[in-house]
Amino acid sequence: MADQSLDVKGLNCPLPILRAKKALKDVAVGGTLEVLATDPGAVKDFEAFCRTTGNELLSSKEEGKVFSFVIKRTA
Amino acid sequence: MNKDSNTKSMSMIVTKGSLDWAYPPFILATTAAAMGLDVTMFFTFYGLTLLKKKLDMSVTTLGNPAMAMPMFGMHMAMPNVMSVIPGVDAAATAMMKNLIKKKGVASIEELRATAVESDVKMIACQMTMDLFEYTMDDMIEGPVLGGAATYIENATKCDINLFI
Repeated sequence: MADQSLDVKGLNCPLPILRAKKALKDVAVGGTLEVLATDPGAVKDFEAFCRTTGNELLSSKEEGKVFSFVIKRTA
Repeated sequence: MNKDSNTKSMSMIVTKGSLDWAYPPFILATTAAAMGLDVTMFFTFYGLTLLKKKLDMSVTTLGNPAMAMPMFGMHMAMPNVMSVIPGVDAAATAMMKNLIKKKGVASIEELRATAVESDVKMIACQMTMDLFEYTMDDMIEGPVLGGAATYIENATKCDINLFI
């Protein structure tokens, strides 16, 4: 289970990324954040976000209409 | 915010103040800031209206020949000439605001607040502030005044420079 969970279902770009960035501030370094989204663009966005910020995208799944991502805070 | 040589930077000139044109600069600025970039926004001409304390943006069908609103199960084209009919632009604006709410799109107010919180630097063009007789009292807290040279110097150091 991730340390924190963030629900951004129903929110459109760029809110999933912006809210995740904010939520990550409250996650300890090494800890994880789970993000639940319905925005299909979020899949590529979270990959890009993690590549650029150095945070690790541990998983990216799709279940029905919901995308779930687990991000590990690295710094 | 780390300011080592690996930090990428972005600058943008924001020249328009309509509701549709307000989105690209604020979405890009907030997302870039969230991704660790140093961002500077230079507001000039009608972009200055995006710094006002109370935002009052609208859209027009005039000059937007590609505008097509989702209506009646399809996309209705909005010809330029429609803008001449009283009430059409107000209706298009209302439609746009409705769609934004319905689709879970952030408001400009929220994006702007996020930009300020994320330390996005905002510069208000001194010349056009003067031209349109705006004062810094009309604007939100945060932006500073600057001129073209201020923008140019900053742009020479930025990885991404955009004109919106």
